Amino acid sequence: MPYEKSHEMVNLQTSDVVLSYGSKRVVDDFDFAVPKGKVTAVIGPNGSGKSTCLRGLARVLRPTKGVVLLNGRDIHSQSTKVVAKQIGLLPQGPTTPSGVTILDLVRRGRYPHQRLFDQWSAEDEVAVRKALVVTGLDGASDEYVDHLSGGQRQRAWIAMALAQETDLMLLDEPTTHLDIAHQVEVLDLLRHLNRTEGRTVVMVLHDINQGCRYADHVVAMNGGRIVSQGPPGEVVNSQMMEEVFGLAAVVIPDPVTGTPLCIPGVVG
Amino acid sequence: MTLFVLVAPSLETLKYLVLALVTVAIAISLSRRIAIQQRALRSRVFSGLIDLRVVRLCTATLALVSLLALLGLEVGEYPIPRFQAIKTALWNHGGEFDFVVNSLRFPRVVVALLGGFCLAISGALFQSLLGNPLVSPDVIGINSGAALCAVFVLTVGADLRALPWAAFLGAVLTASVIYILSWKQGVNASRLVLIGIGINALLASGITYLMVKYPIERVVAAARWQVGSLFGASWSEVRILVLGVAVITPLALLLVPRLRLLQLGDELAIGLGSRIEMERMAIVVVASAYAAIAVAVIGPLGFVALLVPHMVRLITGSLTGGSLLLTGFVGAMFLLGCDLVAQQLFAPTTLPVGVVTAALGGPYFLFILVRYNRAL
Repeated sequence: MPYEKSHEMVNLQTSDVVLSYGSKRVVDDFDFAVPKGKVTAVIGPNGSGKSTCLRGLARVLRPTKGVVLLNGRDIHSQSTKVVAKQIGLLPQGPTTPSGVTILDLVRRGRYPHQRLFDQWSAEDEVAVRKALVVTGLDGASDEYVDHLSGGQRQRAWIAMALAQETDLMLLDEPTTHLDIAHQVEVLDLLRHLNRTEGRTVVMVLHDINQGCRYADHVVAMNGGRIVSQGPPGEVVNSQMMEEVFGLAAVVIPDPVTGTPLCIPGVVG
Repeated sequence: MTLFVLVAPSLETLKYLVLALVTVAIAISLSRRIAIQQRALRSRVFSGLIDLRVVRLCTATLALVSLLALLGLEVGEYPIPRFQAIKTALWNHGGEFDFVVNSLRFPRVVVALLGGFCLAISGALFQSLLGNPLVSPDVIGINSGAALCAVFVLTVGADLRALPWAAFLGAVLTASVIYILSWKQGVNASRLVLIGIGINALLASGITYLMVKYPIERVVAAARWQVGSLFGASWSEVRILVLGVAVITPLALLLVPRLRLLQLGDELAIGLGSRIEMERMAIVVVASAYAAIAVAVIGPLGFVALLVPHMVRLITGSLTGGSLLLTGFVGAMFLLGCDLVAQQLFAPTTLPVGVVTAALGGPYFLFILVRYNRAL
């Protein structure tokens, strides 16, 4: 199914952004332009500010300094509904209201496209159906989200984000709490969306090897700053692993894809 | 002060009561069996999604409400020949029963319906917003705020016409205080609930203080009002409720899509284009306003706002404009039904309707509490 939307790609960048929780600075000197039409993986140890960066990009967290620019203008000065037509966000572990079916959940993703008297247009219906088909949930759309297995639930959330029909999708650890088969399934789906529909994907990932496998661009963070970024082959090496994660690791080419594969060294 | 004498309920009354309970049980189990059937409605100026199941349930509830309303006109202390009351109320105004029917029973029925509608919707909005089935305006102190101001009016012996306005003011003030106190870089739902419970306790002690301080003959009126009573409902009270419902309901329906986003959590709601703080505040104001107008007229009636939305949610599941209205209709039916029971169960002694809602609501509250805790 070719991607019908034809408007220009979204241009999202940050300049000198500082993000804090209260008085605690979590991210400093955040200077970043989202690579258009690519899959980007943000990696780094716990507490390195990966999720915070994503929250800053998604305007959930207002920068205490600096500015996030969407198409050249401050994202916080633009109508949040207009922004929501361009940027979708899937946070980590979203709350599932009880008694909500998959169909009902996915429909809520259409909110930015709806108006006062235009609550369920033909486009809304098409977008929802497509999101369900792409995620393989079209047969299960009447099931309750809180009764689903972890993998299916995650797909339901992704379907909701898809129905939003944004060019840019920001996902915070879309594979947490999933077993390995479901992790691969979700990542395959995201890459598929990127390749066939040209959607830009930025995701926070815990697993470096998955990041190398699925991303065109890797951003390595440590201590609230970007340490290095670029194609996986250039960024991920044993020196970076030592610097960012403080881990002695051997990096070899992945036997299947040729992308970097980190193998922690053996102590003693 | 009259001494209440409780006579054992007559066999007739009990028979009706059992019949009513069985009907409710059958209605609930039947309504859960109707399949969801959604239809898109589209024209040039409008598009929307409608769930035929909710439409059917609303129609059925409204039919039951009408029947119950007719029953409410028919029964009462003053003996009136069968069907005379309905005739007098609907088309044959005047006559020997005019006062009893059109000045006593009819407004009481209408106040029960509208009051139940308001309380149930208020509860549904609070419960959906805070994602907690134990929240309702009576739990987080909105009702107590209204009650404190109203009891003040009653005990100091001010003009009774000020009572609805005082109650309204009290509810809105309380909601604002709770909202401001729970603000810490935005409002967090569980913080709001906890602060609400604290405020509720504070206000309750304020009410007790007023009751102790003022002379007994004034306090009696306040005590009766405080339980929640439909006794002495008048057309001027109906006017307040009609006006309130007409103004607030469109706003509530407008806020439903926004509320559906807020249910997904703050981050997703922002991501989907919601201005969360503004919208959450709007919902709190609308929900408090519903509670306020109901409390202003019938007193801080407990449990309707807690029990009805929860019951309806068991049947309809997710929140939509239709399910919100259905909650209101069921609330109307519930309160009128409770009032009929309150009037008839120990006839000729009538109970305040709050006693009946509490008797039904208390066990239900425990049921939710147990169920909810297990789910956690």
